[in-house]
Amino acid sequence: MADHDHDHDHHHDHGSELSETQLRVRALESILTEKGYVDPAALDLLIEAYETKIGPHRGARVIAKAWADQEFKRRLIEDASDAVEALGFSNRVSDHLVAVENTERLHNMIVCTLCSCYPWEVLGLPPVWYKAAPYRSRAVIDPRGVLRDFGVELPADTQIRVWDSTAETRFIVLPMRPAGTDGWNEEQLASLVTRDCMIGTGLPRRPNETAR
Amino acid sequence: MNGVHDMGGMHGFGPVEPEPNEPVFHAAWEGRAFALNRAMGFTGLWNIDITRASREKLPPHVYLASSYYQKWTLGLQSLLLERGLIEPDELAAGRALRPGKKLPRKLTTAEIDKALARGSFERRATAPAKFKAGDRVRARNINPPTHTRLPRYARGRVGVVERVRGCHVYPDSVVRGEGENPQWLYTVVFDGRELWGPEADPSTKVSIEAFEPYLELSL
Repeated sequence: MADHDHDHDHHHDHGSELSETQLRVRALESILTEKGYVDPAALDLLIEAYETKIGPHRGARVIAKAWADQEFKRRLIEDASDAVEALGFSNRVSDHLVAVENTERLHNMIVCTLCSCYPWEVLGLPPVWYKAAPYRSRAVIDPRGVLRDFGVELPADTQIRVWDSTAETRFIVLPMRPAGTDGWNEEQLASLVTRDCMIGTGLPRRPNETAR
Repeated sequence: MNGVHDMGGMHGFGPVEPEPNEPVFHAAWEGRAFALNRAMGFTGLWNIDITRASREKLPPHVYLASSYYQKWTLGLQSLLLERGLIEPDELAAGRALRPGKKLPRKLTTAEIDKALARGSFERRATAPAKFKAGDRVRARNINPPTHTRLPRYARGRVGVVERVRGCHVYPDSVVRGEGENPQWLYTVVFDGRELWGPEADPSTKVSIEAFEPYLELSL
């Protein structure tokens, strides 16, 4: 087992724990670089990709297109990997992306109780809460309570379906198109799509709530 | 492995705390830890199941007290030590004390797009699927001490096969060093009351993605 000596000491303050971690990460990067296992310039590019390129704006484009284009929506529900591939993001999406559709009677919510499985290609890296114990523990046993933590109250007769991502299938929620958006183009519609509504812990913005 | 990582249905962790305008990384070291994991994953020395297992094997108090990227760092460090790719004295020194081993491949800047594309886990089936949509199945009561993707809350419970998802790399086998041993994968949906008892919210259903060896027909 690796050395976890510092982790057994729970009395140090948070700041020094972080610097301990910083030192450990720095040491690992130095060793792996010197041994020729990693190239720091490649690490820079990976970080840059997830900070600037791959994020929930991609998912928002997918959802907006599904709202605007019935044929695309049909393809998305049938095979989300295939449908999203056609949008031409610069890197390939997984073979196992699944879009699940919310209706008046059904609300879908995505979790990974065992770790942090999440559709990176369309939503980017998951937020801290998605990877943390409160969400992972409660989503499957008390989804309505979790939704209340997000300020969302669903009608009592709405069915809730929680998808636990326990394999390599990845899920994205297709929320209901907000009312009052007739005639909106895809770009306008995308501005209503939040990351959380694609996880199922939120609802899309209403037309009068857009950031624009 | 019946570890603390298998959290579905546990109580006591408090409310979910969404963070407005959350940054992708909260500190520079998180980005480095993330990228080191991805770059080492790219070498082909191990797959996603093995990295998951390395985090699950962290001592429970460490797992629970560590942030996400701290777990990634500690898991990676364990794997590197286990495989003899680095030595403890090098960690202590913070630098390499001997030359590296030859790796199957190394992530270069020219190959970043390959590292950003997710791999495919579907494999050719060697036998027909045992179950079909609509079948009632029971998740087996298995308790392997090694990595598994059958969460405890589903074990012994009866659900319905909703979709057959193809034949996929079987994590339990990979982590035991027994190869990919592909297995059929199913979406199995459980009524909330089947999982959590008669007092549970009747309007809730939960599905898992279950490999065929996790399931048996239920009459």
